[in-house]
Amino acid sequence: MDTFLQQLANGLTIGSMFALVALGYTMVYGVMKLINFAHGDMVAASAFVGLMVYTQILGQTASLVGVVAIFFITAAIMACIGVTLERVAYRPLRTAPRLSAVVSALGASLVIQNGIMLIWGPRMRIFPELVPQVYWHVGGVIISMMQVIILVLSLILMVALYLFIEKTRMGAAIRASSLDQDAARLMGINVDSVISLIFIIGSSLGAVGGLFIALYYRGITFDMGWQYGLYAFIAAIIGGIGNIPGAMLGGMLLGLFSAFISGYVSSTWADAFTFMLLIGILIVRPTGLLGERVAEKV
Amino acid sequence: MSNDVLFTIEDLEVSYGSIAAIKGISLEVRKGEIVTILGANGAGKTTTMRTISQLIKAKAGSIRFKGHELTKLPAHKIVKLGISHSPEGRRVFGVLTVEENLMLGAYSRRKVNPETLRWIYEMFPRLEERRKQLAGTLSGGEQQMLAIGRSLMSDPEMLLLDEPSLGIAPILVKAIFKQIKEISRQGVTVLLVEQNAKAALKLADRGYVLEVGRIALDGPAAELLASDKIQEAYLGKKH
Repeated sequence: MDTFLQQLANGLTIGSMFALVALGYTMVYGVMKLINFAHGDMVAASAFVGLMVYTQILGQTASLVGVVAIFFITAAIMACIGVTLERVAYRPLRTAPRLSAVVSALGASLVIQNGIMLIWGPRMRIFPELVPQVYWHVGGVIISMMQVIILVLSLILMVALYLFIEKTRMGAAIRASSLDQDAARLMGINVDSVISLIFIIGSSLGAVGGLFIALYYRGITFDMGWQYGLYAFIAAIIGGIGNIPGAMLGGMLLGLFSAFISGYVSSTWADAFTFMLLIGILIVRPTGLLGERVAEKV
Repeated sequence: MSNDVLFTIEDLEVSYGSIAAIKGISLEVRKGEIVTILGANGAGKTTTMRTISQLIKAKAGSIRFKGHELTKLPAHKIVKLGISHSPEGRRVFGVLTVEENLMLGAYSRRKVNPETLRWIYEMFPRLEERRKQLAGTLSGGEQQMLAIGRSLMSDPEMLLLDEPSLGIAPILVKAIFKQIKEISRQGVTVLLVEQNAKAALKLADRGYVLEVGRIALDGPAAELLASDKIQEAYLGKKH
């Protein structure tokens, strides 16, 4: 029972990081029908940008205000990079065949990954310990303050995003654009602005996810975007790519699943089982757990 | 009916790559009129509509509405000027409810005009009955009502209707055409694209006949309805 509760806590923590990153994949896919392969590397870049903000701007002091500032500054920088990425790598290919944009995304992924390596070097960097190492023992389970912060902040961000999409005018514009871009234009929706907005939101959430990963695991490498990006991408597909609550659900499920496999089987098997889970879900539900199935009448 | 020209197309040319779809057409619509564009499949009717809404960019020529040159504007600015487009194939947002679709129709004016909404529900009571239902679950005819209702939510001065009778049960076609008359009576100018020439000409004031990207014939609806050429080509009558 203790193992179960401990892995539940660990799984929710990892899951919320996956979910934050998965939202970036799913939102871009929703509107542009494009897998933004550079998103994982953007997440990795945000860890390094966060490190730079800490050392260069804050002079290595970590107050509460400082930590909050790291999150905001990093998210703002990554949002700018995300919008630029879309302008440079995707917008010129908007009307090109789908495959051209995919190749461009793969290229952007390599450019960002190598960019990180050239700027910060190929070796692992250790992210500073910005959150005090406080642990709580709750009925045989050890929960760290970091875990609680990750879980609570992620949930707040996800609820906020959900309300934004469902309840606001801009959210309606995003939903309409993801359903039918031409029909959205006829309603007076500026689809180009919607796409920029998607990249701002997706990159900012990815930046928060990247900082959480850095704070939680501490060791950051230039190529870590591949691994976390892949996991988040799988989470998005499990939930039904293009579906926002789906990405949240997929991330959480994937985190819990991999934590339980690590706890009960072996951590070396976690990846293998994760892919088996993905295959299993896709066999039963090819469009993911919450993927749309409504057939449109013609 | 006044003689104010509200909308003009001059020497419009549109191409898809190297294939010319519209080869220089001109037409005008006066305030309050119902004007119909007739033609067979591939004549360029929908292309003309999509070019007016700037979903396709013209190769040459001009499209003017109340002194604004539309060809220089991006697609999302057109509806704000007062031209609303109910597209071919309806294009309702299938996984949103009827009500959400209508709300999106009012996106450009920020606030929903409650009178317009009431008017739309009066014209199409089915929409009110099914307002919480997903648009994708409606019948074809109901979806067409929704598409028309959605395009009216922006309180347009001119409505572009692209094949409202396409793939719809005849009884609903009748109901929809009756409401197009009502829309016109409320002061909305209508540009109607149709394959159903007889129904369209009975409704319209004037008509243009499009043949492979050129205007082959134009004139008052009654004249077109009586002309041999139309009878032969579209109404299936023999000499």
